[in-house]
Amino acid sequence: MAAIYRRRYATNFIALTLSGIATLIGLTFLAWILWITLSRGFSAIGVPLFTKITAYADQGGLANAIVGSLLMDLLAILICAPVGVLAGTYLAEYARKTRLGSMIRFLNDILLSAPSIVLGLFVYVIVVLPMTSLSGGSVSFSALAGSIALALIGLPVIVRTTDEMLQLVPGTLREAALSLGIPQWKLTVQVLMRASGSGIATGVLLALARLAGETAPLLFTAFGNNYMAYGPLDKMASLPVAIYQYTNDPNPAMHAIAWAGALLITLFVLALSLLTRLFFARKKVNHD
Amino acid sequence: MTSFAATPTTTADAQTTTASRTRIQVRGLDFHYNGFHALKQISMDIPERKVTAIIGPSGCGKSTLLRVFNRIYAIYPGLTASGEVLLDGENILDPRYSMNRLRSKVGMVFQKPVPFPMTIYENIAYGIRHHEKLKRKAMDERVEEALRSAALWDEVKDKLKQSALGLSGGQQQRLCIARGIALKPEVLLLDEPTSALDPIATGRIEQLIEELKKTFTIVIVTHNMQQAARVSDHTAFMYMGELIEFGNTEKIFTKPDKKQTEDYITGRFG
Amino acid sequence: MNATSLPAEPRDSDQRALRDARNDRLFRLILKCCALLVLLTLLGAAASTLWGGREVLFGHTWEFLTTSDWNPVENKYGALGPIFGTLVTSIIAIVIAVPVSFGIALFLSEIAPSWLRTPVATAIELLAAIPSIIYGMWGLFVFVPFMADHVEPKLSDTLGQLPIIGALFDGPPLGLGILTAGIVLAVMIIPFISSVMREVFQTVPTRLKESAYALGSTKWEVVWDIMLPYTRSAVIGGIFLGLGRALGETMAVTFVLGNSYDIQASLLMPGTSISSSIANEFNEAVGTHRSALIALGFLLFVVTFIVLMIARLMLRRLSRREGN
Repeated sequence: MAAIYRRRYATNFIALTLSGIATLIGLTFLAWILWITLSRGFSAIGVPLFTKITAYADQGGLANAIVGSLLMDLLAILICAPVGVLAGTYLAEYARKTRLGSMIRFLNDILLSAPSIVLGLFVYVIVVLPMTSLSGGSVSFSALAGSIALALIGLPVIVRTTDEMLQLVPGTLREAALSLGIPQWKLTVQVLMRASGSGIATGVLLALARLAGETAPLLFTAFGNNYMAYGPLDKMASLPVAIYQYTNDPNPAMHAIAWAGALLITLFVLALSLLTRLFFARKKVNHD
Repeated sequence: MTSFAATPTTTADAQTTTASRTRIQVRGLDFHYNGFHALKQISMDIPERKVTAIIGPSGCGKSTLLRVFNRIYAIYPGLTASGEVLLDGENILDPRYSMNRLRSKVGMVFQKPVPFPMTIYENIAYGIRHHEKLKRKAMDERVEEALRSAALWDEVKDKLKQSALGLSGGQQQRLCIARGIALKPEVLLLDEPTSALDPIATGRIEQLIEELKKTFTIVIVTHNMQQAARVSDHTAFMYMGELIEFGNTEKIFTKPDKKQTEDYITGRFG
Repeated sequence: MNATSLPAEPRDSDQRALRDARNDRLFRLILKCCALLVLLTLLGAAASTLWGGREVLFGHTWEFLTTSDWNPVENKYGALGPIFGTLVTSIIAIVIAVPVSFGIALFLSEIAPSWLRTPVATAIELLAAIPSIIYGMWGLFVFVPFMADHVEPKLSDTLGQLPIIGALFDGPPLGLGILTAGIVLAVMIIPFISSVMREVFQTVPTRLKESAYALGSTKWEVVWDIMLPYTRSAVIGGIFLGLGRALGETMAVTFVLGNSYDIQASLLMPGTSISSSIANEFNEAVGTHRSALIALGFLLFVVTFIVLMIARLMLRRLSRREGN
């Protein structure tokens, strides 16, 4: 074999091997992180986790944090799902090729990866500060503020998925409805949104998976609470913030509780994102 | 009027029926999109209760012409039609012509079956509700009537509450026809209605067209010349945005007047 | 037949048309307001942090941007330390993540047998779904000791002995520090960069690849000479996307940075970053201190906005070509 071939094949072999190694590195880190989370989480998990509140410190559990996370995540989705779906519908149905549409789409993509801690600061300035001055100076962290901050994390995910899903709906469906004399808004709500319903639902689930793991936006909006709280204007505990506080604690017993919380969040988020994948895969098959 | 309308009735026509009334009159129709002149000075008379086929190579403007008849093109920006399209003597291109009225008078069936993501029953009832308020019983009757006219009733009467997406392609297309005729239109536009179907389903649709022309004026766009020959009474041949020839189907397919028509029909281009 | 006159229509049809048109307009308006909310969020985030940080941004601009003395007790707020930390950790992350991501994208789009592609791609993308606080915990409890025991001593014994670059790897093996934070960030952004690269590699027309293979090119040559140039702008876009993520990340680095405002040459020494300074201090800060932290937030927002804007513009260029 000529030298030139030998060198070319050698380069090829080395490059392909390195790329295999790169993939292994990625998978190793995934396995490593998951293994640590699972093993340390499972060894710390127990009934008190779900029945006791964080006020008991290393004797306590995460009951208030779990409830707080569920409440705030739910409220956040209730805020961002309708707004996001409507905004995505605007992009897909009314602004597909307009300048405003492409600008909003562009900015939405930026919002998608904007630093979440800045969104937390934003909500601090527009919600917590005004409520503080309304209440006469006592700092008014609240579950509502936390939910708004989380909603801003979920919003761009829903906008984007809705936009994409509606764009996948064949134009003939629109024409068919319009040719029957159905007004545009009815066509949009009753035909198009229904046709892409599972896709839009996927977007909402993705948004939930995304915002459920967020810590930074909650630090100075919902703050945290060592007791059980249910009111939207109360300070409220959440799993990520509780984990953050416990990790910062020097006491190893607190670390164990933090790992248990980490396990809960990770399982929740990974289950959600796997679920949406299945959902989405099935939808694709249906459309072929 | 400067241009003479092409009329399908030829002198040699030995039709036993009386020459039928004109349903749609097209006069000097021009169509532009984004600077492209897609239809050039089209004039033709489409007769009532007959099947008129529009044929021609792809890109000739046949679908565009069909889409002018119910102004469905107007949902896209940058598309303009000028000239006159008269339905019962009224110009449907006039912006004052009510869209609701036009769409209840002119139904359309598309290339691929597009059932709405609803039950079979709802697919039919959905359109009706936008034009008429019917009692439950009257609605049931209307739905049944439409499905019967589309020769679908026997196949779906036991599963009216099931999703329309579960029907076969041919059934879906007949459902779309039923949905269109449920509004009791005068004109039915068929845009290559069988191009996505298998031969058996195609045969059923063609039979159905034969039935439907007793009630409706039908305009069908097809790229399948045999189909045009089988189902239509009159045929229009279009090429590069112009109406080349329009006449009795038998004549167009046996001894056309224009060389271009003959070349297309004998398969020399297109 | 009079074609031009328009006979009166039935009245109910007229009224319905009017009602439909009004409803359509209203519907459209509501939708548009929701879409504008996206725009408002970004503007609001910029404006509110600018306003919240005005005291430091406008009152002490020079001191804020050019000194590294951050001392709330003496009311001194020089932001160079966190700015330095943010930039250096992100650069380390990019330097590590780009080749690894490229390798993964290459493996998944050209090398792996098709049955392996989906599961491996899914696994890599799951890495992106793991909440960042988990990265932070794993970093602090597992990766920091690992670095301290196994990696950093070796680094200072080998690279640390070299002239010039030796200064980068000099110092006690604390485990905590800029390098560790950079590696954790790299792991976090690998799935983002690799999935963008993989996606854009898939847009390369098959005929282009086939004609290169037909000339006898090896896989590597096809990737390096054909696919990479074809997708260059989008690949750079993907890298900037990862950079944007790395710059703004908070929870993954806060635990492992070591929280020190000193700027030091060695990557093994502790540091801080904009986002971790905010997370660590915000709830105890009042007055000028709080203003300084919000001002840091503004700075972070502006920088990430620019980086992400470049990313999206580069990515858009490819999708536009695809559309043609």
